[in-house]
Amino acid sequence: MNRVIFTALLSHWLRHKIQFVTLFAGLALATALWSGVQSINSQARASYQEAAGNIGQRGHDRLVAPQGVTMGDFVSLRRKGYLVSPEIEGPLTIGSERVQLTGFDPLTSPPRQGMASLDEQGLLSFLSAPGLVLASPETAGTLSARWGEDGPRIQVSAEVPIGQALTDVVTAQTLLNVQHITSLVVHPDQPFGLQPIERIEGYAVVPAQSTGDLAQLTDSFHLNLTAVGLLSFAVGLFIVQSAIGLAFEQRRSTFRTLRAMGIGLKRLVTLLAIELGLIALLAGIVGIILGYGIAAALLPGVAGTLRGLYGAAVSGDLVFDPVWAVSGLAMTLAGAAVAGAQALWRVVRMPILAPALPRAWAMSSARTLRFQSVMGICLVLVSGALAAWGTGLIAGFACLASLLIGAAILLPPVTNAFLSAIGTLPRSAMGQWMVADTRQQVPALSLALMALLLALSANVGVATMVGSFRSTFVGWLDQRLAAEIYVTARTPQEADDIRRFATPRTDAALPIWSVETTVLEQIVDVYGIIDHPTYRDNWPLLNAAPDVWDQISMAQGVLANEQFARRNDVVIGDKLEIAPDWALPVVGIYSDYGNPHGQLITALAPLEERFPNRPKLRFAYRIDPDQAGDLARDIRQQFDLPASAVVNQSDVKQMSLRVFDQTFLVTGALNVLTLGVASFALLTSLLTLSTMRLPQLAPVWSLGITTKVLSKIEFWRSLALALFTWVLSIPVGLALAWVLLSIVNVEAFGWKLPMYLFPADWLRLGVLALLAAAVACFWPIYRLRRLPSAQLLRVFSNER
Amino acid sequence: MNAKILFVLLGLLPNITIAQGFAGLGTEVSGFAVPERGTQLDFPTDHAAHPEYRIEWWYLTGNLTDSEGADYGVQWTLFRSASQPTGQPEDQLWMGHAAVTTEDGHYHAERLGRGATGQAGITHPLTAFIDDWSLQTMAPADADSLSEIALNARGSNFAYDLTMRADGPLVLHGDRGYSVKSASGQASYYYSQPFYSVSGTLRLPDGDVDVTGSAWLDREWSSQPLAADQSGWDWFSLHLDSGDKMMAFRLRSTTEQDYTSGTWITADGTTSAIENGALQISPLAQTQTHGREVPTRWSIAYPDRQLEVTVDAIQPDAWMDTLFPYWEGPVRITGTHAGRGYLEMTGYK
Repeated sequence: MNRVIFTALLSHWLRHKIQFVTLFAGLALATALWSGVQSINSQARASYQEAAGNIGQRGHDRLVAPQGVTMGDFVSLRRKGYLVSPEIEGPLTIGSERVQLTGFDPLTSPPRQGMASLDEQGLLSFLSAPGLVLASPETAGTLSARWGEDGPRIQVSAEVPIGQALTDVVTAQTLLNVQHITSLVVHPDQPFGLQPIERIEGYAVVPAQSTGDLAQLTDSFHLNLTAVGLLSFAVGLFIVQSAIGLAFEQRRSTFRTLRAMGIGLKRLVTLLAIELGLIALLAGIVGIILGYGIAAALLPGVAGTLRGLYGAAVSGDLVFDPVWAVSGLAMTLAGAAVAGAQALWRVVRMPILAPALPRAWAMSSARTLRFQSVMGICLVLVSGALAAWGTGLIAGFACLASLLIGAAILLPPVTNAFLSAIGTLPRSAMGQWMVADTRQQVPALSLALMALLLALSANVGVATMVGSFRSTFVGWLDQRLAAEIYVTARTPQEADDIRRFATPRTDAALPIWSVETTVLEQIVDVYGIIDHPTYRDNWPLLNAAPDVWDQISMAQGVLANEQFARRNDVVIGDKLEIAPDWALPVVGIYSDYGNPHGQLITALAPLEERFPNRPKLRFAYRIDPDQAGDLARDIRQQFDLPASAVVNQSDVKQMSLRVFDQTFLVTGALNVLTLGVASFALLTSLLTLSTMRLPQLAPVWSLGITTKVLSKIEFWRSLALALFTWVLSIPVGLALAWVLLSIVNVEAFGWKLPMYLFPADWLRLGVLALLAAAVACFWPIYRLRRLPSAQLLRVFSNER
Repeated sequence: MNAKILFVLLGLLPNITIAQGFAGLGTEVSGFAVPERGTQLDFPTDHAAHPEYRIEWWYLTGNLTDSEGADYGVQWTLFRSASQPTGQPEDQLWMGHAAVTTEDGHYHAERLGRGATGQAGITHPLTAFIDDWSLQTMAPADADSLSEIALNARGSNFAYDLTMRADGPLVLHGDRGYSVKSASGQASYYYSQPFYSVSGTLRLPDGDVDVTGSAWLDREWSSQPLAADQSGWDWFSLHLDSGDKMMAFRLRSTTEQDYTSGTWITADGTTSAIENGALQISPLAQTQTHGREVPTRWSIAYPDRQLEVTVDAIQPDAWMDTLFPYWEGPVRITGTHAGRGYLEMTGYK
């Protein structure tokens, strides 16, 4: 019995293939965009986790000595009881390629990445001559081409990033042909009863750099992607909702017949739900496959962005993760349930003998429009209230959601109001009919137009946010990276040597030196600076006391970064205790994008007094920008420093620009896809309408207006509606950008970004929207043009 | 750090096809020297390392008490393992274990190092060391270098400094130091100094504790001490209040009867070997520790000497949570004889 009913229900789709395709494609596209974005995010996150215990082992303090450390130092410190482990880093130059070789001692090293790739035999080879080198597949190829049979054994390991290699410390000394080692890694858990390692004469402790927070740093980026993904999903659901709604309306007669034949309401609704569930499941699977394709296509760009922007190595190869596939399917089913619930509810409430007339796409009811207006205004007000008084990330997102939904719901009443306002403007009867006819179509098109509005607003909003971020970040880099060259030495002696080497050619050498301490119960980095115009002229201060730099230079004040200030409600004049009995007032607050930690700045000398015996390894050099490139190259060559240790400011800026363009590529690609989905929604709505509007078109046609003219009218009307939606989308998009920049960003990351406007982008988007509308109406118009007269005539004989 | 290192430390080489027994000790390796019956041990030469053999240890356990009579146990061990039979320092890997056991707790630490750097090894006059841990001779030049020693070690939450003076001679186990470990004839060289009187200081989280007591040093080296079917051992060193001492062990077999052996040592140092089967060693009660069930109460009977005792762990949770984990802690002896001692158990899963 169930099978028979089910067949009857399914037969509808056989007769309305396009409708089925619409429903199916809507669900599949929504799932594809959502799961694609999710898979990119999960891939990146997995990479960060892997990188957290990375090769360079930045997670531990290191011991260095002015003359460099040796294996002799290692043994003598071990014999004194200190748990230290030797590590050596150096470049292997192979033809034009450089491989960064890291040697460590597996017997004394704190737990680290890389060891899991070794089996027992591998570990034995690792420890004994001629040694074993671990490298990524790409780098392993380079190395084996260089060494052939004579060198150490090479083992491929996925744990080692590209361009790096990992081996035993003794093997590394042989391969790099050096006697010294780079540093001694200090085990976090030192034995009982020894004097603190910082106090050993002749050595200095380099505190661990915090790189374990890649996830935090990149959250902003992923938040963007997730927001875009969610918007795409929502746009997709609009299509689904409209397709399901239409199908249910058209099947009213079937439902009535079935019910009249004695089929229970419960059974009918259950079967309809199963039908929808099956379609959603199939479409979801297709969507996940599509999503995988989208992710695989976009991932290399995302990986490039993350690597460039945050130094996070993310593999460009996508790994299929069942978790996001399952969560994607769950989203599809939930989405279909939401979209179908209303339709099912209507079936439940339908009187058994209701006339089987399709009425959905008919008259716009004034009541519906009034309801939409009230709802929309309420939601926008809620959004405004949340923006004004809400706190927390959830409130930020709620504000975002109510703004978008409110704006979308307001679209039909606003369009209707606009059309009734201009209804009397056209002089000709034809013009008046056009406006009236458009008004009549608005309810039918409203879902598609809402989808278009959302897609366009998302475009404007996300592009404004990314663009503002880009402008701010680049401007901030200009200020923050005021010096031309940044050099990180491996030992204090090397730092001195480099300074001596560079001084004759530079205007100033500014130490970049910080200590980690606890202020207001949080771990913060305190930087010590010397008095120099570089800071006075360039430092990006958001808020400052009048004589800020004088106070800093006299060690009578401290600067705090925006994150720290916001988190602790610190304002100018508040006192911060940086060391016991050393409290300084805050004299300025500066922007510090991308840094998840609190940071303070004060004068170098008094800070050094209170935190003695910490080596200065990093220096910024001021030099004529034209000569910066040459000096950077010379320092690199003279001291055999890895490329990353000598940073040329112009390179950094160039890289930042490239990175941002890549970010644009990804968000841009997703935006175009969203827009594509929206125009698909428009297409399906227009198609549906075109089959149902014959009763409206036939009388006009019978008055002598040819289908050619009617097609033209249809075309311009579609474009006009798209244009109208686009105009409305700009304020909505800007509001969205404002929420993202001023609320979500502040809640999530602790910094506020100024908003910049990019009108050229809007224009481009407007053109795209018109294009989308033109494409969407092409097929319906084509069908209208080819409509046989007999069919139009039949309207009169079939008058319902 | 990673458990695989231990396999390397214990010389698990590529050509091994059967990897059985505790820590790969029951595996066949070619190229290393093998103990031979009748070899005369030579002191002080044999106090030092034997790199031509695969594994070797300097193993000291002490039963100590403080001024209020509370019991403490202390362990100091240096393992040597050769990855290849070259005898070269770069092919030697070293592992140190140290522990202090109290009635309420158990503190332990582990160190690893390679031979060629000077981070660990044996030097002359006798010093066995890894990092800052050492067992160092304090004996006058004309005395046996083990007759007086200083011992120290340090972990993240304990440290100790002890001096030890031997009140009796070195003791050779088995057949003049040739100690058989299975019915099929696997053997090691094995001698002890069980007569140490100890004094010194334990440094614990709650403060320093001055202690005195007795200690027992084991020296053992071989290239394959276990048979392939032996899964682990239970080893006892007992200081009886009568002044006599007993070393007893049971090697558990997965296929045959357990192999038992030992040495009876009179107060003046006269030894008599205890043959396989002459001892009855059986567990009486188990303790759940670190996810394993370990016997911490034993019955030991040696009818030849009218000995029938119960051995109880002072701290049942004396688990050495090291790369290759095992149980090692001080025990109390009651029954026909009373006293203190040490128990080591390996291979419990």
